[in-house]
Amino acid sequence: MMKSRTITCSLLLMAALAGLAFAQNAGISSGYPTPKNGFTDSQQRGHGLYLRYCVLCHGVYGDGNGDNAQFLDPRPRDFTAATFKCRSTPTGTLPLDSDLIHTLIRGIQATNMPSWRPLSDENRQDLVAYIKTFSDRWKTEKPGDPIKVPPEPAVTIDSIKHGHELFEKMECWKCHGQLGHGDGPSASTLTDSKDQPIRPYNFAAARNDSRFKCGVTNEDLYRIFMTGVDGTPMPSFADVIQPNDAWDLVHYLRTLQIGRRSKENDVLKSAGGASTLKTPETKSENITPADSDRQVSHAGH
Amino acid sequence: MRTKQLLVTLLTLLLFPCLLFAGTVSGKVTYTGTPAKPKSIDMSKEPSCAKQHATPVTTETVVTGPNNALANVVVYISAGANDEGQVPQQAVTYEQKGCQYIPHVLPMHTGQELKVVNDDQTSHNIHPLAKINREWNKSQPPGTPPISEKYDKEEFITVKCNVHPWMRGYFAVLKTNHYDVSKDDGGFKLPNLPPGKYTVTAWHEDYGTQTADVTITGNETKDVTFTFKAKAY
Repeated sequence: MMKSRTITCSLLLMAALAGLAFAQNAGISSGYPTPKNGFTDSQQRGHGLYLRYCVLCHGVYGDGNGDNAQFLDPRPRDFTAATFKCRSTPTGTLPLDSDLIHTLIRGIQATNMPSWRPLSDENRQDLVAYIKTFSDRWKTEKPGDPIKVPPEPAVTIDSIKHGHELFEKMECWKCHGQLGHGDGPSASTLTDSKDQPIRPYNFAAARNDSRFKCGVTNEDLYRIFMTGVDGTPMPSFADVIQPNDAWDLVHYLRTLQIGRRSKENDVLKSAGGASTLKTPETKSENITPADSDRQVSHAGH
Repeated sequence: MRTKQLLVTLLTLLLFPCLLFAGTVSGKVTYTGTPAKPKSIDMSKEPSCAKQHATPVTTETVVTGPNNALANVVVYISAGANDEGQVPQQAVTYEQKGCQYIPHVLPMHTGQELKVVNDDQTSHNIHPLAKINREWNKSQPPGTPPISEKYDKEEFITVKCNVHPWMRGYFAVLKTNHYDVSKDDGGFKLPNLPPGKYTVTAWHEDYGTQTADVTITGNETKDVTFTFKAKAY
């Protein structure tokens, strides 16, 4: 008799705990079990999740002015502007849902946006549905057509050399510096679209982890400069670089990540090393150790 | 023969009343007070542009002329015109030359084609900081074709180049074709206005916006003066 009552109690307790856990995760903790404000179920759940995980940085109004925001550099994304850094769609267009979900999963390198990998897929979809309520642009515009990325050709020394020529011709070094240290002549005056100072990516600071703000793979790197990093000084080169040439530039850029073990670095080394590329010498501008350390110290989420 | 000429004239006037009754709003934009002195721009980081200017150029935030004239003010009909929404076929051109934007302020109609041209030996990135329209950012190396874009909504958009931080310009995206930009003498002219009550708005990038109400009854020229208060810095 005692035993069955214990079992019943335990089962009830487990059910209650499971229910609580489910309720927490489903955003019912927002206090509004039925959708308000014309939200869909998904947006309502997303609202609860946002209040739990996001509001302290991104703010109640989604404008990047949460309580934490004043201590953060770069500042949190302003969802009311509907401008996003990491997309597979052309500059100036809205991202796909998958772009936003990838950003949630990866986090953003060298910023305070952590990886939200531990959330469930449904949680992330609900969050994406909710942040779209911060801007009417999602109602009036469709996301852009994702750019076509051709298959990556083989990594050869010719590809790397051609990529180097493009790096010079497109004047990437004006911001990124000749060795990709983020110390080009224009680097110290860069500001983002909200007039906050911002530094270009420092390829050489990346040790073996080599993450970019918007990804880790060669294909991610391809997309970064072919769609631009909207809201920052980094423009899109889609109008001026052909798709196959873009792959050559990717291969060259990987060789700027001198600390990273990669096929590109191996190919360059066996061809005689970086000196074969004849990189022009320019003086390094205004880079303080603190800046490059700051990029590295945020790595390793 | 005279009857025929008379008939033709009458028919023309009937068919094209705007030829008969078309007024003009014209005038000057001036300032009071002492404007901040324009600062000299150091282009030494871009030698290919620096050498195009015999004397260093100055900032264009406030461009003045004789008799307290204020230049680069966009003057346009903001209300009262019944011909809004007519998108011109021809494009407007925005030029990057000598690491400056020419013209400094470019008005255009919503939906009108904008062509951005790079006439310099250096790459620029064209980065209009639109807040109502879409914000995009494209690289434009020398020798590449013009960039073609358009804007759908009315907005005054700040344009910058991230590579050359001194470069600053503006797009004035309007829903009317009745606009003008005041020249160095502060003068502007808005012709071809049918009879009606109009609101004329003058916008300056730093000194703000002013409006004036004007009524056109026939083909007279109404004179309007806008006076902005200069800022000390």
